[in-house]
Amino acid sequence: MNTNNDTIQGLVGGDYKYGFVTDVEADAVAPGLNEGVIAAISRKKNEPGFMLDWRLKAYRHWLTLQEPRWANLRYPPIDYQSIVYYSAPKKAGQGPKSLAEVDPKLLETYERLGIPLHERERLAGVAVDAVFDSVSVATTFREKLAELGIVFCSFSEAVQQHPDLVRKYLGTVVPYTDNYFAALNAAVFSDGSFCYIPKGVRCPMELSTYFRINAANTGQFERTLIVAEEGSRVSYLEGCTAPMRDENQLHAAVVELLALDRAEIKYSTVQNWYPGDAQGRGGIYNFVTKRGLCKGRESKISWTQVETGSAITWKYPSCVLLGENSTGEFYSVAVTNHYQQADTGTKMIHIGRNTRSTIVSKGISAGHGQNSYRGLVRIRKSAENARNFSQCDSLLLGDRCGAHTFPYLEAANPTARVEHEATTSKIGEDQIFYCNQRGLATQDAVNMIVNGYCKEVFKQLPMEFAVEAQKLLGVSLDGSVG
Amino acid sequence: MKSTLTHTAPAKPAPPGPLEAFERFEKRAGHAGPPWLRALRTSGISYFGELGFPAAHHEDWRFTTPSVLAERAYAPAPRPDVQIPGVASLSLVPDGELEAHRLVFVDGHFAPRLSRVLPLEPEQVVTNLREALEFQSSLVESFLGRAARHETSAFAALNTAFLEDGAFVYLPAGRELAAPVHLLFVSSQPGVVSHPRVLVVARAGARAQVIEEYVSLGEQAGFTNAVTEIAAGPGAQVEHVRLQRENGASLHVGTVEARQYKDSRVLSHSVSTGARLARHNIHLRFEEPGCEGVLNGLYTGAGDQLVDHHTIADHRSPHCQSHEFYHGILSGRSRGVFNGRIYVRQDAQKTDAKQTNRNLLLSNEATVYTKPQLEIWADDVKCTHGATVGQLDENAVFYLRSRGIGEARARRMLIGAFASETIGRIGVEALRARLDETLQAWLAEELAAPGPLPLPHPPGLTT
Repeated sequence: MNTNNDTIQGLVGGDYKYGFVTDVEADAVAPGLNEGVIAAISRKKNEPGFMLDWRLKAYRHWLTLQEPRWANLRYPPIDYQSIVYYSAPKKAGQGPKSLAEVDPKLLETYERLGIPLHERERLAGVAVDAVFDSVSVATTFREKLAELGIVFCSFSEAVQQHPDLVRKYLGTVVPYTDNYFAALNAAVFSDGSFCYIPKGVRCPMELSTYFRINAANTGQFERTLIVAEEGSRVSYLEGCTAPMRDENQLHAAVVELLALDRAEIKYSTVQNWYPGDAQGRGGIYNFVTKRGLCKGRESKISWTQVETGSAITWKYPSCVLLGENSTGEFYSVAVTNHYQQADTGTKMIHIGRNTRSTIVSKGISAGHGQNSYRGLVRIRKSAENARNFSQCDSLLLGDRCGAHTFPYLEAANPTARVEHEATTSKIGEDQIFYCNQRGLATQDAVNMIVNGYCKEVFKQLPMEFAVEAQKLLGVSLDGSVG
Repeated sequence: MKSTLTHTAPAKPAPPGPLEAFERFEKRAGHAGPPWLRALRTSGISYFGELGFPAAHHEDWRFTTPSVLAERAYAPAPRPDVQIPGVASLSLVPDGELEAHRLVFVDGHFAPRLSRVLPLEPEQVVTNLREALEFQSSLVESFLGRAARHETSAFAALNTAFLEDGAFVYLPAGRELAAPVHLLFVSSQPGVVSHPRVLVVARAGARAQVIEEYVSLGEQAGFTNAVTEIAAGPGAQVEHVRLQRENGASLHVGTVEARQYKDSRVLSHSVSTGARLARHNIHLRFEEPGCEGVLNGLYTGAGDQLVDHHTIADHRSPHCQSHEFYHGILSGRSRGVFNGRIYVRQDAQKTDAKQTNRNLLLSNEATVYTKPQLEIWADDVKCTHGATVGQLDENAVFYLRSRGIGEARARRMLIGAFASETIGRIGVEALRARLDETLQAWLAEELAAPGPLPLPHPPGLTT
């Protein structure tokens, strides 16, 4: 109880703690996007020919697309020619051989972010891949994981060391033709994490990627690919922060998950990109495509997300439930404060028989924040006995914010059971009154209720991060009561 | 998917059909009625010219292909010159069972000899619109075209452009209309369109029940594009029932737009069982505090039918309540579409909005698309919505069977109960009984159809 109060109370001010800039020399390409820039990125990364071909195909396809505008989001047009598509800390070179070679300034940066890259540290149970602007700077615990046959490295290294795996799986779940931002990402993505869990292996520790945008005017385009072979299991966590800047920076990532027979992938995100200031200046534009394919029988993919940052969030982590008896889950807490806008949700596509999905979405809007849940549950004709349950709740703190729900349910099989429930409410005066008369101050009561509201999602997070996530619930609670 | 509040104009330019038809219509009927009507019609066609038919990718038309509607000839139906026998027997509720003001329209034209208005209190008006336009022009002028949003809806705009006849119900303050108004719209000629317009005005404290029933004569494909406008003054209550029972070849677009003022109540019921393609837009708008709205509906589909309901409860003022219940039963290869929107505008505090949509799929080929939607810009509100798609509860079926009821009958009973929840909210008793009856007959047919649902048995309990 005390911890909860402290964590929330620490946030009442809502100050963004991660807004500093690290002064490192960067190796960047000139702003703008054309085939030359893409070739330059590919060359810098010393990629095999198939990668460049794929990037160029994606770029040419992107040119034919129009930026989607259907989301419940308002923002000025993005100038894609003013963005720097590649920026890397200079010393990184081919990537450090060991942690000892990593620029101490970078280590310090991650230290300040609370993500120690020393392997003996507090989060000893977690292997971290740290991505700084466009490239991965360090990956911990690689040797230990390699003993089990697990590949966990930056995407660039995977392209060099496991080109066959990359070639086989890249774009299989999210093809470059998928959507505008996925095509853009495919053309210019610079790094990300790659993870391969061999047959029957249970990954002994949490895997995690920590993304940091540092350079100004830079877009970050990373790509994560996780393949879980038959009977394997992995839990993965990503976190992200960026400096405070007045301009908006673009982040367009792609995450692909592939689960084969009886494999299980748990993917957790704590998204804390810089959200802009109280007047809505600056902040990250976060346009992310995340999709998991439950290809095998009895496979399972579970998405958990805590979305507290970004000026704009456009994100729909999805599950394609192809294998019989496969399961998809989506747990989300999305917070919008000040002038933040989020249009987020999930898609559950039921194709196989006896597939099940669960959606729990908790939105919190405060200030002038606009929070939309947008989700699709599609039961195809082949999905005999499919089952879905969705719960979407919205909590409104303040009378100038908005909470919107756009669920799409489509069922084409009579044996399907689809249930959707949604509620919108504020913290009841009766609830506050009850807490008050039990001796709790109003502020404590609000904190407690908000925490309780999110509990269902927080308990899905790996233990170490549940606490972090609570801390990130940076809601300005002023004016939420009375 | 597309942002939903802004009804962005679809890109497709208006096909020549309706515009040409309008020119001819202007020549024929343009001079009838008061001059302001002509201006209203012209604004209707110019809005349509801007909007055009909705494109197939338009968010509001994703599941209901509007091209089927756009390809139609848009010549308004000429007045049928012979009195067609048997029209009166088309109604679900025969004359003897319901004491009501009955107005019959054939292809959008008033049929006085089939109609009957009961004695009214002073100042109450129940008449056809053409007559009202002639004798009560200024009264009609102050309400006609005020609630229907022809600037954003292509079909409402078309209805306005071709506005000629329909019904006008006007209740002065404090008066209750003793008997319900029963409007029967018969579609009799193929290849023509009728654009009936219904205008219901209930001033402060007045109460009325209005039943609109849409039927077809014969099996030929008709097209109805109906618009109903309701204005409910302070403390007024309007119960509006819409029965859409056209034949399986017809196309039907129905729009209901209600404006509600302080403490008024509008109960909207929509029962849609007919037509090949039926699209209903039902929109309650709470302009002042204290309003209550009920959106109640039942839709059934069989064969290749498509039935689509788009409803909006627009909370523009504080302290309003809306309750929505829509049930769907889909059989054959039919498709059901439900899009229920609740808007709570900024400062519409203390809103209480509930919405439920439940669907039963009776066959392997039927599909349902449901999108219950909340858009909320105020904080002190209670809003919930829920949607389900599924089969009957097998435990309930099993329970009934264990009490000695045959399986087919048990299923009919349970589906009947599911439908009765919505039918039971209709305040006209004679109608309720008839609706239950037709539903049971429909179910008996659908459940007996060859190759229906593979009936699953509870494991281990197969007899």
